[in-house]
Amino acid sequence: MNREELIDALRPIIAPYTANDDAFGSLSEDTDFIHDLQINSANLVDIVLDIEEKFDIVIDNPDMERMLNVKAAIDIIESKLQMK
Amino acid sequence: MTRVVITGLGVVAPNGVGVPAFSTAIKNGLSGIMHDPLLERLQFSCQIAGTPAISEDLKRQYFTDLELRGFNSTGILYGVIAGMQAWADAELPIDASSEPDWDSGTVFGSGTSGIDKFRESIYKVDDLQTRRLGSTVVAQTMNSGVSAYLGGKLGLGNQVTTNSSACATGTEAILMAYDRIRSGRAKRMVAGSTGDSGPYIWAGFDALRVCSSQYNEHPQQGARPMSATAGGFVPGSGAGALLLEDLESALSRGVKIYAELLGGQVNSGGQRGMGSMTAPNSDAVQRCIIDALKNAGISAMDIDAINGHLTATAKDALEIENWTKALERNGKNFPYINSLKGLIGHCLSAAGSIESVATVLQLYEGFLFGNSNCNDLHPDIAALIDPLKVPLKTTYLRPNIVAKASFGFGDVNACLIFKKFNN
Repeated sequence: MNREELIDALRPIIAPYTANDDAFGSLSEDTDFIHDLQINSANLVDIVLDIEEKFDIVIDNPDMERMLNVKAAIDIIESKLQMK
Repeated sequence: MTRVVITGLGVVAPNGVGVPAFSTAIKNGLSGIMHDPLLERLQFSCQIAGTPAISEDLKRQYFTDLELRGFNSTGILYGVIAGMQAWADAELPIDASSEPDWDSGTVFGSGTSGIDKFRESIYKVDDLQTRRLGSTVVAQTMNSGVSAYLGGKLGLGNQVTTNSSACATGTEAILMAYDRIRSGRAKRMVAGSTGDSGPYIWAGFDALRVCSSQYNEHPQQGARPMSATAGGFVPGSGAGALLLEDLESALSRGVKIYAELLGGQVNSGGQRGMGSMTAPNSDAVQRCIIDALKNAGISAMDIDAINGHLTATAKDALEIENWTKALERNGKNFPYINSLKGLIGHCLSAAGSIESVATVLQLYEGFLFGNSNCNDLHPDIAALIDPLKVPLKTTYLRPNIVAKASFGFGDVNACLIFKKFNN
């Protein structure tokens, strides 16, 4: 999967937690989960679990802590997929 | 001092969800007790129960899709629906972008919150899956989950809390909310309580052998308060909610007023004398009733009717005896008395609030609902009061003042005095 495809794969995972539809419509690598999408920070835990399930990877706590935007999420997913 | 009135009601009961359905059910003696296949499979001695019917559509009126992901707490489900119904019934606004409503709060009691979610979590923890629990286990299992959900949905900026006093929880919550308004610290309080459904909440009572086990083939006859053939209570669940409001606030908003809450009392028997963890100290029960009358500023003769605790255990006759002594009224001079548990079972932590909703409806609509499954009044009760004071059919007697009491494990008591509203 390239980075565009990864963003497409993230969309349905993020959608249920998103409070800002406009920001979600223009989702890009620069999109910040909390500031732009207004996702409740507690729900980042659920997003991580959904990503783990979707890509069959494990995201450890340090990675999770820096996964605050789409770019970081994609970086982490890419690196985990490469390690598989 | 501030007068406190009821301007909104909400109810999620085994025999009716929402005030119109519930009102129809209690007037017509519609039972909410059904056979429970899960209790049968788990070999409970009591295999009948009262569980409210909540459709997926109804859930979605009160919870977002996101909130319903991994949602597994019936207590929060019932409590939020009842609380939001009471709020809407009182014509209060919900505006997600507004400031918190600093003058409105909630006391919403529970026995335990989200026991099914708790069970689910325990299995995951023991399976070394703690990190996969998700984000909502705390909110769904903390005792104050129900008041926390309600506080957010309604934007409450005053006190938001959960009380717990076993089967007196709901009645106590209403008095706590009353006190807060009465002392001028809030204008409106959502007062209520909720009780989870299911075997994990009811098992302990089944183990105590205090549940009805002889009517598994005839569920609707199983809950028999005050009856000679009563053999324990039928477990129930649900939630009730009353919007209590400062009279001035209610009048200035021009909304309907269901009834006035004149006052009440909570106390405990200290588990002394005949009192214990599971049995009441009669002196405390009588004192609670007498003090409730005093706090309400009325005399015992002003009571037209009582909505009792009356669970259908061996203690019913003792409760009647305590009423006769506290009110110094017996035989033909005793007020009318009824128990809702014949229709919905004993909803435990939710009992006091659901039964208070019924009590307020009786005052507002001018009726007394009939006692179900009580054709054979217990002889010990018939020896204390005229059997005609235990109406079997709904009567339209227009009561003016009704007392509501609840008694709970831990030897705790609560009594409220409601009055038809006359300005």
